[in-house]
Amino acid sequence: MGIELKGITKTYDQHEKPVLSEVNAEIQDGELFVIVGPSGCGKSTLLRMIAGIIPISDGVLKINGQVMNGVSPKDRNLSMVFQSYALYPFLNVADNVAFGLKARKMAPAEITKRVDDALAMVNLTEYRDRKPRELSGGQRQRVALARAIASDSKICLMDEPLSNLDAQLRVRMRSEIRELQRKLGLTLIYVTHDQTEAMTMADHVMVLHDQHVQQIDSPLGIYNHPANHFVAQFFGTPQINLLSARTAGQGAADELIVDAALHVHLDEALNAGTYTVGIRPNQMDLVPVMDNGGNATVINVEALGDQTIIEAMLDNDVEVRIVKTGQVSVDLQQRIEVSALGPAFVFGADEALIAEQRGMQDDRLAVTN
Amino acid sequence: MQMDTTVMNQATTKRRIGNFFKYVALIILAFIVIFPFVLGLWTSFLPSMDIAKGSLWGGHLTLHNYVTAFTQTKILRYLLNSLVISTLVMFAHLFFCSLGAYAFVFLDFKYRNLLFYIVLGTMMLPFEAEVIPNFTTVKMLGLLNHYSVMVIPFLTSAFGIFMLRQTFKQIPKDLKEAADVDGLSHWQFYWQVTLPYSKISLFTLAAYSFLGSWNQYLWPMLTTFSDHLRPVQDGLRQLQSEETFNDWGMVQASAAIVVIPTLIVLFFGQHYFKSGLNEGSVK
Amino acid sequence: MIDSLSPTKPTPKQPQAEEKLTAKVTSFELKKNDKYYAWLFLGPSILLLTVFVFFPMIRTFYLSLFLTDTFGNPTVFVGLKNYTTLLKSASYMASLKATGTYVIGVSVFTIVFGLLLAAMANQKLRGIGFFRTVFTATMGVSVSVSAVFWLFMFNPSIGILNQVIKSFGAKPIMWLTTPSWAMVAVIATTVWMHLGFTFLLFFGALQSVPKSLYDAADVAGASPRYQFWHITLPMISPTMFFVAVITLISGFKSFGLIDLMTAGGPTNATNLLVYRVYKDAFMNGNYAQASTEAIILAIIIAIITFIQFKLLAKRVNY
Repeated sequence: MGIELKGITKTYDQHEKPVLSEVNAEIQDGELFVIVGPSGCGKSTLLRMIAGIIPISDGVLKINGQVMNGVSPKDRNLSMVFQSYALYPFLNVADNVAFGLKARKMAPAEITKRVDDALAMVNLTEYRDRKPRELSGGQRQRVALARAIASDSKICLMDEPLSNLDAQLRVRMRSEIRELQRKLGLTLIYVTHDQTEAMTMADHVMVLHDQHVQQIDSPLGIYNHPANHFVAQFFGTPQINLLSARTAGQGAADELIVDAALHVHLDEALNAGTYTVGIRPNQMDLVPVMDNGGNATVINVEALGDQTIIEAMLDNDVEVRIVKTGQVSVDLQQRIEVSALGPAFVFGADEALIAEQRGMQDDRLAVTN
Repeated sequence: MQMDTTVMNQATTKRRIGNFFKYVALIILAFIVIFPFVLGLWTSFLPSMDIAKGSLWGGHLTLHNYVTAFTQTKILRYLLNSLVISTLVMFAHLFFCSLGAYAFVFLDFKYRNLLFYIVLGTMMLPFEAEVIPNFTTVKMLGLLNHYSVMVIPFLTSAFGIFMLRQTFKQIPKDLKEAADVDGLSHWQFYWQVTLPYSKISLFTLAAYSFLGSWNQYLWPMLTTFSDHLRPVQDGLRQLQSEETFNDWGMVQASAAIVVIPTLIVLFFGQHYFKSGLNEGSVK
Repeated sequence: MIDSLSPTKPTPKQPQAEEKLTAKVTSFELKKNDKYYAWLFLGPSILLLTVFVFFPMIRTFYLSLFLTDTFGNPTVFVGLKNYTTLLKSASYMASLKATGTYVIGVSVFTIVFGLLLAAMANQKLRGIGFFRTVFTATMGVSVSVSAVFWLFMFNPSIGILNQVIKSFGAKPIMWLTTPSWAMVAVIATTVWMHLGFTFLLFFGALQSVPKSLYDAADVAGASPRYQFWHITLPMISPTMFFVAVITLISGFKSFGLIDLMTAGGPTNATNLLVYRVYKDAFMNGNYAQASTEAIILAIIIAIITFIQFKLLAKRVNY
């Protein structure tokens, strides 16, 4: 059953262009579905339309097969966790968790039980009498989670729930939320701008950009088959290299040429023309050369210990990022020859993916296939 | 080493002298501020005869003036009247202003902004300039010489609505959305979230409206004629105009009795008053 | 599963007709309650403001265009004649002048003394808390209590002021029966009454000036006097402006103190605008003239309030 979005569109003003256009998706029962995109892409708007907080301008929303447009939020039977946690500052932890249940006129005994269980589940039992301002950021976050847990709804919506936490805590909460979702069998729709959260948590990811859905797929599906420029650039750190290349020779060819040393071989031939080729930094290689040989100059080196990120300027004034595992010693201003290891994506003039080149498989890729 | 301590000693001495002058200045200022109080309180304990002779430091102290004030005048009744009126005004004012402010912040309706600016505009119109038709109105409604005449016109105010609107706007949007998900009606959200969230501003407005009503002068003077309804400010006026020439001590005692409740309100409300001022005015 | 490679611009799916219809109707219903709640929540306030603010304002203006009988009913339409008569009348001009003197005197002295108190209380000294409390004391004093206390001090024979003057061998002053001294007396009493409130405002403003500004000035070697003029004053200027406006407005509205202390006398020396409205309407029964005066008063106050709104909206430091 799950949640079904058909042509969901949001327009605030008749004369303005939509802030969200024709969103289609199916979210399965019990999955963790991440909506990801840069700020202003409409992801929070989409979540609020699913929740019923703001009306849907056009299109149909179905939950468990029933049309939900215009149904009030409380009758959609879902819970929601907000970026700011939306805790009531004048209520203590237990009352905050109980608030929604009381609003739904649940029996007091049942409320007590649910609140106790939820607080135990997020390890906040001993903080139950504290006010939100007496809690740390992480603890407030847990209260917000407890609120979602205590509600009996099987659908939970989360709006950037981790973005106010520090980096370490965020990593821990990622796995805790994932664990909770599995344990409770929740259908969780999770909005974030952080591609790492999307990659690490999701069963499926929806990439939103520019009012439109760019791609819906599993995290690795998206990493391995980015639908277009935007998706390719949004996932993976350091960012993918997008380089302009032309086909070798006059007619259709199975080789793309970026410059003299940087070639990409294709499985199938492409029509003659200019394309954009996307190569992940770890799929590029470099060799230091003497004097003025090679095709690029090193402009920055970041040694992270287990890997080294090298930024270089190609002779045609395009910057490339190269990741080498381990510690590599390269000097600034060193001349190098940059080449492609194999796997690459080819995008057409409309920025959409038109061909993939596997070449040598990266370890991570091998797992999925 | 030697020189260092000399410099330090000089600095200390200089500071001590500076502090001495600061204290002198503070004491003079405090004296100016508090002297009318002290004098008023002091004379309220003096026998009327001594006051009439202008001998203020004769050394005879008596509670007689207070006894007279309590037994011979309606001062207690005036106090009670003011207490009832001000309390009614305070609660009604909080209620109606917060409802109005809620509508301007959380409700979506046609002409909302236009209506808000119209309400805001009434802040520019002084009540004093409107007393003539208002007097006619309450006379027509048969409210003259009645508690309600001192309550009904002050049930709401543009200032209160404006101030609470500013406060309510501080409530995070997420809270309203969370409440929507929980299915709270507007009334429930108003009562269970908005009001508790804005406690400090509500206390501030309560103090303002209580004191404002307590200090009403012109309006009650126009609309009340009998001692059993007259609020304390106009009661004091009555006493002062009737009694000054024969019994200064009793008038001073009455003034002292009047000033005490306000001082108590202030003492407890000071904290909220200060924070309200900072929020509402020019932070 | 979902299509793994959805196109960049997804082809619009056409929802079926009846689904689309439901969507339109119901999403409209999400907000429909708001209208009724708005009526319910705002209704009482709007009604009250209409009856006790809008209607009387319009009615007052209406009356100011007529002659009225002794019951305040309009009789003959005279247009703006009431205004021209009033503005030509020497006694009204005298009232305007007296009001001007009063409000400016009150504003200036309230600001100077309030700031002085706040600056003195804003020092780190032992026992400063006591002085701070004392300085706020007049906040609790109402008009009538102030009037009683000060009337006693101004009393020509037994008042403390004349007793002090006499002890120096000088001639006692007839405080409330000499025109110029009566003005001094009401200004002094008003300033005293405002002191607590003003002190609190200025004190709050001084406390909110970031300490780092003074630290930086200390390091730069600026004298305390220089710091006061170049850091403190500019930083608290919005508060000064605010105090100026509210004392101006409350000055224009002053009634109780005048009624209690001078009743507009002697010889109309303290017959301020509001007091005039009251006397003309409720003692002389000249409602038309009183309405005209009320409108002029309202215009003056509206202008000041409007300037306040405008400048507060900017929240600039001058």
